[in-house]
Amino acid sequence: MFSNKYILVYTLVMALISSVSLAFVVNGLKPMHDQNEAVFKKKDILGSIKDQIGVDPSSLSPDEVNKLFSEKVEKVVIDAKGKKVEGADAEGIDLAAEEKKPEQDRKYPLFIYKGDKGNIYLMSVRGNGLWDKIWGYIALKDDLNTIVGAAFGHTAETPGLGAEIKDNANFPKSFQGKKIFEESNYVSVKVVKGGAKNPEHEVDAISGATITSVGVSNMLNKGISVYLPYLESIKNKS
Amino acid sequence: MAEVVVAPIEVKPSEPWFGKNEKKLINDPLHIDNPITVQVLGVCSALAVTTMVKPALIMGISVALVTGFSNLVISLIRNGIPKQIRMIVQLVVIAVLVTIVEQVLKAFSFDVWKQLSVFIGLIITNCIVMGRLEAFAMANKPWPSFLDGIGNGLGYAWILVAIAAIREFFGRGAILGYKILGPSSEFLINTKSSSLLSWYQPNGLMVLPASAMLLITIIIWIQRSKEAKLVDIS
Repeated sequence: MFSNKYILVYTLVMALISSVSLAFVVNGLKPMHDQNEAVFKKKDILGSIKDQIGVDPSSLSPDEVNKLFSEKVEKVVIDAKGKKVEGADAEGIDLAAEEKKPEQDRKYPLFIYKGDKGNIYLMSVRGNGLWDKIWGYIALKDDLNTIVGAAFGHTAETPGLGAEIKDNANFPKSFQGKKIFEESNYVSVKVVKGGAKNPEHEVDAISGATITSVGVSNMLNKGISVYLPYLESIKNKS
Repeated sequence: MAEVVVAPIEVKPSEPWFGKNEKKLINDPLHIDNPITVQVLGVCSALAVTTMVKPALIMGISVALVTGFSNLVISLIRNGIPKQIRMIVQLVVIAVLVTIVEQVLKAFSFDVWKQLSVFIGLIITNCIVMGRLEAFAMANKPWPSFLDGIGNGLGYAWILVAIAAIREFFGRGAILGYKILGPSSEFLINTKSSSLLSWYQPNGLMVLPASAMLLITIIIWIQRSKEAKLVDIS
């Protein structure tokens, strides 16, 4: 039998050793973690317009991604009223954190890809799926109306059903060529069950994933709308 | 200056470094005492991370390293651990090792870390690790304990990889991400045009966790029908 004093000292020493060693490991690897996160996010963003870039960003090395991003992408931060925010880094904006703020204080990142065939505007959207959050990037052509690319992600949608928004390449692809304006009214793009009837503003839902599909519709409707004032100002300038 | 007299080192009749017993420690958990199919431990992660081979492989290696080294550490300090708090000590050792594994994965293999996500953290609660600490490391010397840990980890790993290979091939038509059999020209065998295999459709059930349960039971079935020793023990 060990005395209580021994046990007390034993636990203290054990806690000290383990916490110090973990602190060293975490601190030592922190720069690599940050770099990985940043590259992953860039790949995610560029992944939505891989057909326009001509290469699949997920096959590029971290250096190539950074180079492509710094050469071709302009970063803009806008506030809830659609005004450009000076001096903020769009890559540092996390929509998950913005969601917790009151609506008028939120900031949104806009990435402008300067390609050979004109600018592509990449908007970041976030909403609710069936089980947890879903998010995505929507790319608009320089007419600021036609969608040229989309990519979605999710935390915990059902594999084979809701998770198809990410796993099935045909779902994001079906957004290409859709328009978010009808005449001059904002209508967004809807995900509808039973076959899309309106070829300009509707895409087919995923069978068996009604709530996720509705979630994508709502996310797009709300998410794109916050960018509209800024897009309007670009349109008026040119 | 006086000459330093070097005392002759006593040579004990030492046990072989890797003898029959040590071999048994590695071999038994691979087959006759397999943690998944015989002890039926760690099934939760076997269902969850076996949709594709690569994460399953990394998960298996991670678990093998954690079981091996936690067994080693616990065995080294086994005589000093107060009996009243031994479980806590074991958990702290496991948790530290798992956190290190997770941090290293996040730094060097970010994609896999993303895929495995919560399951790396759940190695801490994987019954295999703590089971081996209690059953073996607390009562044995460091070297056999280390081998026992690695053996059990590998026994877990090979079942994981086997299930993942079957699921990835029949569910996605691929192995390790290389597309082999599927319904478009991206695949090596395009089942849309190939006349011999054109009947084949990727099986959606194989992507769902339920298929892993089926496959584990089939492996248990085959194993028991081949090994008479296993039939009566459980």
